[in-house]
Amino acid sequence: MQLFRAHVLVCGGTGCTSGGSQEIRARLEREIQANNLENEVKLVITGCHGLCEMGPLVIVYPEGTMYTHVQPDDAAEIVSEHLLKGRIVQRLLYKEPMTEEQVPHYGDLPFYKKQHRVVLSNCGYINPEVLEEYIARDGYAALAKCLGEMTPEEVIEEVKKSGLRGRGGAGFPTGLKWSFCRNAPGEPKYVVCNADEGDPGAFMDRSVLEGDPHRLIEGMLIGAYAIGASEGYIYCRAEYPLAVKRLKLAMKQAEEAGLLGDNILGTDFSFHLHLKEGAGAFVCGEETALMASIMGERGMPRPRPPFPANSGLWGKPTNINNVETWANIPDIIRRGGEWFASMGTEKSKGTKVFALTGKVQNTGLVEVPMGITLREIIFEIGGGVPNGKKFKAVQIGGPSGGCLPESQLDLSVDYESLTAAGAIVGSGGLVVMDEDTCIVDVARFFLSFTRAESCGKCTPCREGIKRMLEVLDRIANGEGKMEDLELLERTALVIKNTALCGLGQTAPNPILSTLRYFRDEYVAHIQDKKCPAGVCTNLLTYSIQPELCRGCTACAKVCPVGAISGEIKKPHVIDTEKCIKCGACMEKCRFGAITLG
Amino acid sequence: MSGCACGNSGPQYPELEEILARYAGQRGALIPVLQEVQAAYGYIFEDAIVRIAEALGIPATSVYGVATFYAQFHLKPRGRHVVRVCQGTACHVRGAAKILAAVEKELGIKPGETTEDLRFTIEPVACLGCCGLAPVMMVNDDTHGRLTPDKVAEILAAYE
Ligand SMILES: Cc1cc2nc3c(=O)[nH]c(=O)nc-3n(C[C@H](O)[C@H](O)[C@H](O)COP(=O)(O)O)c2cc1C
Ligand code: FES
Repeated sequence: MQLFRAHVLVCGGTGCTSGGSQEIRARLEREIQANNLENEVKLVITGCHGLCEMGPLVIVYPEGTMYTHVQPDDAAEIVSEHLLKGRIVQRLLYKEPMTEEQVPHYGDLPFYKKQHRVVLSNCGYINPEVLEEYIARDGYAALAKCLGEMTPEEVIEEVKKSGLRGRGGAGFPTGLKWSFCRNAPGEPKYVVCNADEGDPGAFMDRSVLEGDPHRLIEGMLIGAYAIGASEGYIYCRAEYPLAVKRLKLAMKQAEEAGLLGDNILGTDFSFHLHLKEGAGAFVCGEETALMASIMGERGMPRPRPPFPANSGLWGKPTNINNVETWANIPDIIRRGGEWFASMGTEKSKGTKVFALTGKVQNTGLVEVPMGITLREIIFEIGGGVPNGKKFKAVQIGGPSGGCLPESQLDLSVDYESLTAAGAIVGSGGLVVMDEDTCIVDVARFFLSFTRAESCGKCTPCREGIKRMLEVLDRIANGEGKMEDLELLERTALVIKNTALCGLGQTAPNPILSTLRYFRDEYVAHIQDKKCPAGVCTNLLTYSIQPELCRGCTACAKVCPVGAISGEIKKPHVIDTEKCIKCGACMEKCRFGAITLG
Repeated sequence: MSGCACGNSGPQYPELEEILARYAGQRGALIPVLQEVQAAYGYIFEDAIVRIAEALGIPATSVYGVATFYAQFHLKPRGRHVVRVCQGTACHVRGAAKILAAVEKELGIKPGETTEDLRFTIEPVACLGCCGLAPVMMVNDDTHGRLTPDKVAEILAAYE
């Protein structure tokens, strides 16, 4: 194997790719060749590093120097300065937002310091399109251990010992689920990977699929061996074209290497894996709907029991797990269930990947031990709310989750505490909201999502969500009554108790949690006819502050309905009758003369 | 199955036949077949529904039922470029509604519609999975992040 004096990692995740990382890679390659360094320096395109906010990212090893916001034109300088002369390109280093201090080392960044990367340990380090790179980081060692030294029962025992719980939302103990399926009568058995990742604001599974696809395949192989399954499906959402491409490639490589197919690693264990692309329906993330979709039907959930473990794909025993659940398995087998159980809290073990987004300084993916507080994630890792704004709420767990206020930030992040507080761990989306976010609008946002995605099979979900949304629309338009709050609560509880599947049962959560913590804001909309955050357009009017207006006419030109008039160089006025409240004028004004209230 | 009336022998939709032949006898083939037909023809046309039903041995109503259940399938022709404007949570709190409005204004159509010259279709989606770049839109397979309403026109102009 050729030895290189330096490695240059260019992030090829979706975020950095959209920022031009392919062009950066090409330019780096040219510069490396131009300086005759191709035998000394290896250029690697990797999966996502998680700190998408700072992309495109380039990392140089052995030093571990991280360059942020790299542009193609920076390639020459990185090569001539860093790789030739050993001098770090200061201006491209990460700057601490508070102190403006430059941080040269990847590991010293506050964003990474508190993280503990297991599932994401390879993401950003290896080239996901090269099987050997996964193997070089102990890839497929756990599979070899299972096939060589462990009985299927021992594998299940190890997973039970780890305390791993499903990362797809419900948090069901994985080892137990596997044993149900193993003990269920019927042949053949199937294992399925749920890679539908439909929660808006969540992209952790995407990162594993794009950045470390072999880890998922290895996890599924181990599960199949433990359960006694001979066939498997990965159900991946079609909105992730890069993930689909990398999975297909990884599956082909694994087949060629004898890691998938018949007689794996020379044993009598055989496993065939198929990839199915989703077709754009959120409800297909629900396991029974997902199976219907794999079988080519409309993706509608059905009542459980029977559970998939007894009657799943084509009526056979089937075990479904989420991407992140599967991705934890290789490390659990290799390092032992006890090692895994040493991280986290009493009932929630291991680490969890969260997608930290919204109004937060460092958006990106973070993997942290369970039991960490929300405050640590948002303020220490995430760097807090940008632009000096005030934190208002964090929404956890997507459309099935809830909004928590400042007072709940010291809560331990684990399945039980979050549920008790009215949110859920869910898939792991954390959307931070600041004072400019309206809580009623957020509740409306989630309900419009679940209304659109409801499959329509059961009445509480199909009709109930629609009714709740009508009430919220009323409140947002300033036509709400105080009784509406009670009506919302009552309807929410009925839906929660009677809907057929998880979609409907959890759809009221965003309403219930916001009513619990942010009732004042609802009341302000109803009684004072005011939207404190300035979002609900029907409760707002735009106006021009005459003392600030310079009469530049920019606002009048951009107004789509001609509602702004005035002479050049004289203060303008807005005709509130004509105004459609699009906000275009406010964005255009360079003098901050247009206000909303 | 019939040839067309134009006098040429051979199937009327050779690509459709080729797709169906590849999936012959496979279980759960309906969705992948629809995906490939849509990729080949741009949308699921009526004759295709009838022919797929015949080939897979299921009622045409089931094919129609599946094709209309999933957001991905379209029964009408679509634009050459599909603009997917993210309306997910992270994008929502960072101003996605204004991006969608800017796209609508630029193209003069509403979400779900196609421009008359078949150049663009607007499709709102909930989360494109790159929330770190919010607000985001995708044009075909290209992701455009950190958008502001005034960048929209320039981005769209690059797609002929
Ligand atoms: C409406 C709805 C959407 C869901 N979406 C997903 C999803 O996108 N990804 C996922 O892994 N699980 C999703 N789930 C949870 C699955 O039904 C199932 O619990 C999970 O795949 C089990 O895997 P786990 O035990 O590894 O968590 C969803 C559930 C519901 C009710
Ligand atoms: S919310 Fe827009 S990309 Fe996720």
